[in-house]
Amino acid sequence: MSEILKIENLAVSAEDKELLHGVNLTVGEGETHVLMGPNGAGKSTLGSTVMGSPEYRITAGSIIFGGEDITAETADKRARRGIFLSFQNPVEIPGISLSEFLRNALEQQTGKRIKLFEHKKNLAAAMSVLGMDSSYADRDLNVGFSGGEKKKAEILQLLMLKPRLAILDETDSGLDVDAVRTVSKGIEEYRRSAGGTLLIITHNAKILEELTVDKTHIISGGRLVREGSGQLAFDVLADGFEKYIGEE
Amino acid sequence: MKQKTQVEDIDRSFYDFRYDEDAQDFFDSGITPDIIRGISEEKNDPDWMREFRLRSLEIYSRMPMVKWGASIEGLDVDNIVAYIRPKSRMNTDWDSVPDNIKETFERLGIPQAERESLAGVGAQYDSELVYHNVRKEVAQSGVVYTDLESAMHDERYAGIIKDHFMKLVPPSDHKFAALHGAVWSGGSFVYVPKNVHLEVPLQSYFRLNAKGAGQFEHTLIILEENSSLHFIEGCSAPKYYEAGLHAGCVELYVGEGASLRYSTIENWSKNMYNLNTKRAIVQKNGRIEWVSGSFGSHVSYLYPMSILNGEGASAEFTGITFAGEGQDLDTGAKIVHNAPNTSSYMNTKSISKSGGKSTFRSAVTVSEKAAGSKSSVNCESLMLDNISRSDTVPVIDVRTDKCDIGHEAKIGRISDEAIFYLTSRGLSEEDARAMIVRGFADNVSKELPLEYAVEMNNLIGLEMHGSVG
Repeated sequence: MSEILKIENLAVSAEDKELLHGVNLTVGEGETHVLMGPNGAGKSTLGSTVMGSPEYRITAGSIIFGGEDITAETADKRARRGIFLSFQNPVEIPGISLSEFLRNALEQQTGKRIKLFEHKKNLAAAMSVLGMDSSYADRDLNVGFSGGEKKKAEILQLLMLKPRLAILDETDSGLDVDAVRTVSKGIEEYRRSAGGTLLIITHNAKILEELTVDKTHIISGGRLVREGSGQLAFDVLADGFEKYIGEE
Repeated sequence: MKQKTQVEDIDRSFYDFRYDEDAQDFFDSGITPDIIRGISEEKNDPDWMREFRLRSLEIYSRMPMVKWGASIEGLDVDNIVAYIRPKSRMNTDWDSVPDNIKETFERLGIPQAERESLAGVGAQYDSELVYHNVRKEVAQSGVVYTDLESAMHDERYAGIIKDHFMKLVPPSDHKFAALHGAVWSGGSFVYVPKNVHLEVPLQSYFRLNAKGAGQFEHTLIILEENSSLHFIEGCSAPKYYEAGLHAGCVELYVGEGASLRYSTIENWSKNMYNLNTKRAIVQKNGRIEWVSGSFGSHVSYLYPMSILNGEGASAEFTGITFAGEGQDLDTGAKIVHNAPNTSSYMNTKSISKSGGKSTFRSAVTVSEKAAGSKSSVNCESLMLDNISRSDTVPVIDVRTDKCDIGHEAKIGRISDEAIFYLTSRGLSEEDARAMIVRGFADNVSKELPLEYAVEMNNLIGLEMHGSVG
């Protein structure tokens, strides 16, 4: 299987504090990986750095995506290559509707004009997968959305943008059982329709149940401390981190 | 062929000679009654108007310079006459129009003929045609829409004009109102009879591009009982004059139960001093709605005022100001509640970037006669970097305790988080910023006629272009 993402010896700092100390991680095209670790271990830092967040400064190492070095690229270029990050706290943008925003993003990514009628049809189909009320399409992006609605809107963007690699940063956190089920249904649909690769950051077994997890990575103190099969994720969730990161 | 050229040469030098003589006169003596008489004669003013101009001049020379707002030091007041030359120094040559203006026309997608017209170079063939069609429709409805100068000579309107002209904004209001009274030129006269509702918006755009008009234009609109009108002033393409002073005046008389919407997009070229005065008086149950976009000019002073003079009258002001590099835009609105149960609502947005300065002033006065009145002021500012400036100056003067007054102000910046979020979806940083600004301006653009909203969006895109350092 070809590698879609290869992180090599990556060191990352924010405000002069090193947060990741030489991380190596490889994801094969079409695979589903889980990234776990205690709070503050560096999970979100890694996810955001792969997306190109200007908040984090890469001090060493490289990020290779689809065989090309993207270490120095800005987030928009990475997005156009097919990387997507589902945010833990999506930002509210007043005055821009969800529908308008997605059409704009799609046009930017594909470089083609998208007919409004076609866009609305596709959007309605994606929203129905997630059981979202159609009125959300015309509401301002994330403005006044509840926590659960924001997460659904992130998955909606995933379905519409069909990236090659989706990093889901605790998309299931703070959701009730039904909402988690909806989100995981959305993820399945993404796998089915786009055949994309997943890197899932989670504390929750529920969201993984319906997925075939290929690999689990455990991060602690800014270092990857363990790698294992998909089963490892379930073991960690059952037993706690202690047992698996203790050997450092 | 050769002979013809020679004839033209002689002709032009003859004009040049006269022109030089005029200019000499003007520069040496400043503005004089003789000059005003000259203007008046050239315009074939009725006697009362000539006297009015001369009285205004007197007031002008007595009044002190405006000192309280944005700096107008760059305005050469001693040579104010340079700005009012009858053969206004509009460009007569496309090549001498600055490149940034040409580029803006290009990017706004304005046809060549209109570009030349907006830059004061040529006649506006297309729009003239449109204008004629509008005029026909308007005439059928009984509405009068004509230029003020010729209306003064029409016996049907002469009296109305005399009774209303600069009665709402008297020359004694401030120095530039006095200047306007002395040198005004061009503009619109609109009269809507009782019970007439005009469906098509009237656009001054077609008028202001008439040769020589535009810098000191006067707009006089009178709505009789239970009538309605939407008037659109200006155009979002930048208007370029080499001499940079605009001191227009707008007077709006809204009758009982009548409703007037007055929309403006101002985009003077960035060498202009825009010292404009706009005022409306609204009678019982009448309504004035202002929609105002200020993008251009070097310095602006613009505070449309609504006087709610009859019970139940209402005013709404929706405005947006965008101050970029080298711009100091001092804008706002004034509302005077002068009758019971009047209401007003003010909603404004201001944006500043690249060292631009935007000041928003709101003044709400509630007189002792205005019991039961309501007013709500809401202003939001967005600064796109940390070298720009945004100020909010609210003034509230209430003389009755039986009223409900609210004021809310918010100042913010674009967060890095928001930029990262949008760029992570494939938008460039520039597009992301433009999208946030467009969203910020959204509730104002919604109030604009569609083609203006589109143009405003383009304009924001244009202003944002290259703003990422």
